[in-house]
Amino acid sequence: MTFRARHLLGIEHLAPDEIASILDLADTYSVLNRSETKHSDALRGLTQVNMFFEASTRTQASFEIAGKRLGADVMNMHMEASSVKKGETLIDTAMTLNAMHPDLLVVRHPHSGAASLLSQKVHCAVLNAGDGRHEHPTQALLDALTIRHSKGRLHRLTVAICGDVAHSRVARSNIHLLGKMENRVRLVGPPTLMPSHAADWGVEVYDTMEEGLKDADVVMMLRLQKERMDGAFIPSEREYFHRYGLDAEKLAYAKPDAIVMHPGPMNRGVEIDGNIADDINRSVIQDQVEMGVAVRMAAMDLLARNLKIVRASEEVLV
Amino acid sequence: MTPLLFKNARLIDPEKGTDTVGTLAVTDGKIAGAMGMDGATVVDCAGKCLAPGIIDIGVKVSEPGERHKESFTSAGRAAAAGGVTTMVTRPDTLPAIDTPEVLEFVRRRANEAAPVNVMPMAALTRGREGREMAEIGFLLDAGAVAFTDCDRVVQDAKVLSRCLTYAASLGALVVGHPQEPVLSAGAAATSGKFAALKGLPTVSPMAERMGLDRDIALVEMTGARYHADQVTTARALRRLERAKEAGLDLTAGVSIHHLTLNELDVGDFRTFFKVKPPLRAESDRVASVEAVASGLIDVISSMHTPQDEESKRLPFEEAASGAIGLETLLPAAMRLVHGGYMDLPTLWRALSLNPAKRLGLDAGRLRSDAPADLVLFDPDAPFVLNRFQLLSKSKNTPFDEARMEGKVLGTWISGNRVWPSP
Repeated sequence: MTFRARHLLGIEHLAPDEIASILDLADTYSVLNRSETKHSDALRGLTQVNMFFEASTRTQASFEIAGKRLGADVMNMHMEASSVKKGETLIDTAMTLNAMHPDLLVVRHPHSGAASLLSQKVHCAVLNAGDGRHEHPTQALLDALTIRHSKGRLHRLTVAICGDVAHSRVARSNIHLLGKMENRVRLVGPPTLMPSHAADWGVEVYDTMEEGLKDADVVMMLRLQKERMDGAFIPSEREYFHRYGLDAEKLAYAKPDAIVMHPGPMNRGVEIDGNIADDINRSVIQDQVEMGVAVRMAAMDLLARNLKIVRASEEVLV
Repeated sequence: MTPLLFKNARLIDPEKGTDTVGTLAVTDGKIAGAMGMDGATVVDCAGKCLAPGIIDIGVKVSEPGERHKESFTSAGRAAAAGGVTTMVTRPDTLPAIDTPEVLEFVRRRANEAAPVNVMPMAALTRGREGREMAEIGFLLDAGAVAFTDCDRVVQDAKVLSRCLTYAASLGALVVGHPQEPVLSAGAAATSGKFAALKGLPTVSPMAERMGLDRDIALVEMTGARYHADQVTTARALRRLERAKEAGLDLTAGVSIHHLTLNELDVGDFRTFFKVKPPLRAESDRVASVEAVASGLIDVISSMHTPQDEESKRLPFEEAASGAIGLETLLPAAMRLVHGGYMDLPTLWRALSLNPAKRLGLDAGRLRSDAPADLVLFDPDAPFVLNRFQLLSKSKNTPFDEARMEGKVLGTWISGNRVWPSP
């Protein structure tokens, strides 16, 4: 088992063997999660704080369940509603929390780089649960685990990531991860929702679904935020669905056994046809949610192990 | 006042373009032609470089309003330590320097607190809001050397054209910030592979060319004297070249940070590297350096912008822009010499001679009767920068822990030594 990182801030700085280690451990946790007791004590005695500066039901619930199944004491802080409104800065909040000696800090923040900034100021392990448009590492890991389960491998696959790539941290983390594991990554979407230099990332960029999905093994749809649909980035919802929404006709361009993924929550009838999302033969969207818990358990377990090693060595020094 | 004799100096003369060992005499605060004066105090320069002091256009001293970030005392000491003999200060203070009364306050504070020359610029429009013209005539009488709304671009072309027309009638210099304001709104980085991967809000480098294109058109229309504070991209430089060839009264500057750093220096969201305009691609950096060497870019400045830790210790998008530079301008600029891009007289043309010419000052040269504002420096002395040893109140330098070469050994204003303090 190789995992050297102190924090999980992004996929960018992880090595392929570290990614494989998380996925391998997550595999054992996914078995545990289907058993009757669903409990381990890997995080017993540790305190996990979920700090969400941006509303999220699914990710926060997933982290909470993951922590509780491993025996951690889990606390949720809804930062939108608390001190942030009173003008307290991110660093102040972090310092306050740090004084309470948490062991794992799960952070979601609307600005890129916020998790990295926090990690410089606290003594615990920081898990990035999404920072701005930058990274969402556990999402990419759970996507990887889902792909590995249904495809039997995580290399030499053609993966099409479709939709609002420009504003998506999920896309960035997935591009890093799939690239590191030697897959062929395609980005598909309207040019207004594509980062200006995406073609320099070692991926292929397409602006039609027909070209982008051709012979793909995996079709990964991204959520289109409501505020982008008002004519600023795309003309209208219905034109978007017509050109980029995943329906049976467009999915037919991909390989016959291609799987369909979506990080949720879905806009049915905007980026994905409800019938495709619910097709148990093609859609692995529910598996993604299941793998999410297992991957987060694995990531927190590995970070806690490293945290204990660091703390032990600090004690020796003292 | 005792005459001064600088002996055994490497004289860097940007006017003649020479770099020669010799002697320089100073009497009555001015450079004197006659040699071998009796009774003069001799300064043995030991073969180090003696050059006209740096004239830094665009220094932000945070008075009035944010004295905790920088005062005239602290900025003045930093300037003296950095070999900057004239600070041309920015009006983007709180409140903005947009009335003769505020300007008077600034001049009084500067005179009593700063050991170097201070020449204030004033706002072009009231409150830098881009709507109504400031009292350009009164401000000029009160001592404003140029008019600028700094990084707040006057968005309304009609307002700007009237300001330029009015300023032209008074012969006032207008300093613009070439940037298309709507396209660049909210941007924290230059669009490119790097910033897009980091998920930062970006602006295309094209926004600078668009802003410059508009300003050039208005300068052509109004006949105003115009200086672009920072031109940092190859595509805008081509427009600058054409405008100069067309004979417009137009000059341009660039910050030392855009000449020595590029977009990759931001690394993992390091906010001390967040400046305005954002750091550019390496190809644009090199184009800017070459433009300084060729003379297309006239002026190098520090764009000294003090920010306290609180304004910088935020997520990158929310963090304040700007970096301090008074003390690091000279050693950072030496990178251009040591990198083989230009020689010292060429560098000093941009640091001292051209700014003096643009502002109509006698300084910036080593000829007789020029003010004896001088800097003595060792161009090769190596050191590792420790930001906490800088004299600015704010410590937001991008060069913290950087290896640098070039140390200021002494700074004189009108023949009086101000650094190290006597």
